[in-house]
Amino acid sequence: MREERSDMSEDEDGGGGSAKSRGGGGAPPPFSDQVLENVLENVLQFLSSRGDRNAASLVCRSWYRAEAQTRRELFIGNCYAVSPRRATERFRRVRAVVLKGKPRFADFGLIPNNWGAHFHPWVCAMAAAYPWLEKICLKRMSVADGDLSLLAYSFPNFKELSLICCEGFSTAGLAVIAEKCRHLRVLDLIEDYLEDDEDEMSDWMSRFPETTTSLESLVFDCVGSAVNFEALEALVTRSPALRRLRVNHHVSVEQLRRLMALAPQLTHLGTGSFGSAAAAIPQGGNNVVDLVNTFAASKSLVCLSGFRDVAPQYLPAIYPVCANLTSLNFSFADISAEELNPVIRHCHNLQNFWVLDTVRDEGLQAVAATCKDLRELRVFPVDPTEDSEVSVSDVGLVAISEGCRKLRSILYFCQQMTNAAVVTMSKNCQDLVVFRLCIMGRHRPDHVTEEPMDEGFGAIVMNCKKLRRLSVSGLLTDKAFAYIGKYGKLVRTLSVAFAGNSDLALRYVLEGCTKLQKLEIRDSPFGDSALLAGLHHYYNMRFLWMSSCKLSVRGCNEVAQRLPHLVVEVIRDRDEDDDGEFVEKLYMYRSLAGPRTDAPPFVKIL
Amino acid sequence: MSTMSEMERSSTEMEVGYEETALTLGLPGGSRAGGSDQQERKHGFSETADLSHGSSGIETRRGGDLGDESPDCAASGAGRPPASKARVVGWPPVRSYRKNALRSCTYVKVAVDGAPYLRKVDLETYSGYHQLLIALQEMFSCFTIRDRRLVDLVKGTDYIPTYEDKDGDWMLVGDVPWKMFVASCKRLRLMKSSEAVNIAPRAPQ
Repeated sequence: MREERSDMSEDEDGGGGSAKSRGGGGAPPPFSDQVLENVLENVLQFLSSRGDRNAASLVCRSWYRAEAQTRRELFIGNCYAVSPRRATERFRRVRAVVLKGKPRFADFGLIPNNWGAHFHPWVCAMAAAYPWLEKICLKRMSVADGDLSLLAYSFPNFKELSLICCEGFSTAGLAVIAEKCRHLRVLDLIEDYLEDDEDEMSDWMSRFPETTTSLESLVFDCVGSAVNFEALEALVTRSPALRRLRVNHHVSVEQLRRLMALAPQLTHLGTGSFGSAAAAIPQGGNNVVDLVNTFAASKSLVCLSGFRDVAPQYLPAIYPVCANLTSLNFSFADISAEELNPVIRHCHNLQNFWVLDTVRDEGLQAVAATCKDLRELRVFPVDPTEDSEVSVSDVGLVAISEGCRKLRSILYFCQQMTNAAVVTMSKNCQDLVVFRLCIMGRHRPDHVTEEPMDEGFGAIVMNCKKLRRLSVSGLLTDKAFAYIGKYGKLVRTLSVAFAGNSDLALRYVLEGCTKLQKLEIRDSPFGDSALLAGLHHYYNMRFLWMSSCKLSVRGCNEVAQRLPHLVVEVIRDRDEDDDGEFVEKLYMYRSLAGPRTDAPPFVKIL
Repeated sequence: MSTMSEMERSSTEMEVGYEETALTLGLPGGSRAGGSDQQERKHGFSETADLSHGSSGIETRRGGDLGDESPDCAASGAGRPPASKARVVGWPPVRSYRKNALRSCTYVKVAVDGAPYLRKVDLETYSGYHQLLIALQEMFSCFTIRDRRLVDLVKGTDYIPTYEDKDGDWMLVGDVPWKMFVASCKRLRLMKSSEAVNIAPRAPQ
């Protein structure tokens, strides 16, 4: 789970990117100014927030230079917003880089393969510019094994690699990282898609240094292929600093127990399958007793996840650690309310809870009864289709809102909802920063009153004054967007699908939401005139995505002409012929780099 | 249309067909049912999905909805939404990582005897055997579908679609209900009919 990745989500600066250009460089300053700059550097090095740093860099040239020299962590929210060369030329002493690529809708198959976001030019530039680089974190980037290899060979002091929702690499790339990065502390692979040919897999687990390692975190639950378990066991044995271990579903509960016994100091554990291997010891009581004892010995555990093929008889084994848990991810565990109840009853300190809707409203009521400190809840559908059975509903939402008053972030998939429930949540949970409600049936109204869901979402933006991220769904008229534009003054990320009646809706948002950074819209009836209503704001945004709306090439062209620093991409689905006037997918973003040169044939940059 | 009803009405298949097709909240493919049940189901059929005709019936019946084979399925829940609409790409917005994790992985390799290349297909994208055969025909453009086989008219060889299931046995494609096939198929092999001596067709031709 992402509790340690706050900088990957929504709390980033609103104004300007981290690589905004100001004068910069030029002739070296006179001597006394140089002294001043040195003093300044000594002060600025303590500045960590990139919002503060961006502000400091705008004061004057001297501050700009000093800030550039002291920035240690480089955050690039859109890899196409600036060129690698420009970024590495301005910031010369960077030790950590965070780089994000594709827009979020890529996760749902809306962007064809090979669209871009290649890590390659970045790793090449960094290899030359940052020999002392220690950390790289990539999200939604296309990463090749060759890139990982270059990384491993270029940075002798490399310590932390996090790959989130990336693709293009395989276990071969992991093998090079394991072998060459002798000071590796963190290897976190989170929801990546590995290109592994079953017949050509690499035994990367055996490639770690044979001496004691510095590993603190090893997360590989997304790796589809089995790892060499003996090698993993041996690795854990010689990694005394290991605190976070998340294994994949090929690791059985028996194997997990052995690993846990070797590493009782773990704080974060991903349990893999949590079920028996097919040909394992018959399921006797002894196994569970051993497992309970092992969990009882893991006194530092605060975060549990995995449970990919959970066998219910093993669940009680985690009771000893429940009271200490702050984070529990059951979102791959197909369990009922009856199976959840005895576990959740002990979890008084839980702050993050991810679960499948198989627990139903009843399960959520149990959560509400115990988890008074809950900050984040995510309820995922076991059957992510529009017409699956009703399992969680307005009832569960109300229960959560009444029990978990400190809730800050919620993601809730359901088949039916009411305005009343959403209004109740808006009043009970005033600390909400993230509200994402996904009513899975398109255009579905309040299931009791049959009215649109306008009032519910309206109440959220009205009452939740700290709201920064909002995803809407269900039947929504322009009125909902009027509310959002009027009250959603802090909203930075807005996600819209199958909503609205007319251009007015989009206009309300573009004119009202002054802090809007990321706007993603699909299948909504918004056309050119609405698009043009946002011209005053697009330079302040990270990106705008609109697909299956009512945009034309003419409208998009006009935006491109009026805003030269905006890259306007029109993306076709591969098989379609050039549709002429109609724009199926629009992705536009501010950029200092101009139109990218690596665009595939189905992307047209206006 | 008639083919599907025949399958459902047959008494030996009724229970299995119902179980297979009922909407439940469990993991797909009946993975909880245990190994022994699977074994029994494999050999218990007198009828198979008829690939040579009735395919259009199967598709219209399904209406493009992969999940719902039976109109009178278990879900009687109040507030059940109206009849399923055509699926839309990327909706509901659940990451494919999660979707793949929650269901069995249905990408399988397809090997053709005598050909050096391997292709991959995602079984979940097809609603039945006929669609699968059509896809194979399109993928290896030399083939034409004839009976349940793929024929290379130029060379005069015909290929029988076979698959390796989770237990490692090689079976004829088409022997079991579609969903069960999707859940248990690990890889496909288009076997030259001259080599298919170990795999006898189960239904009378």
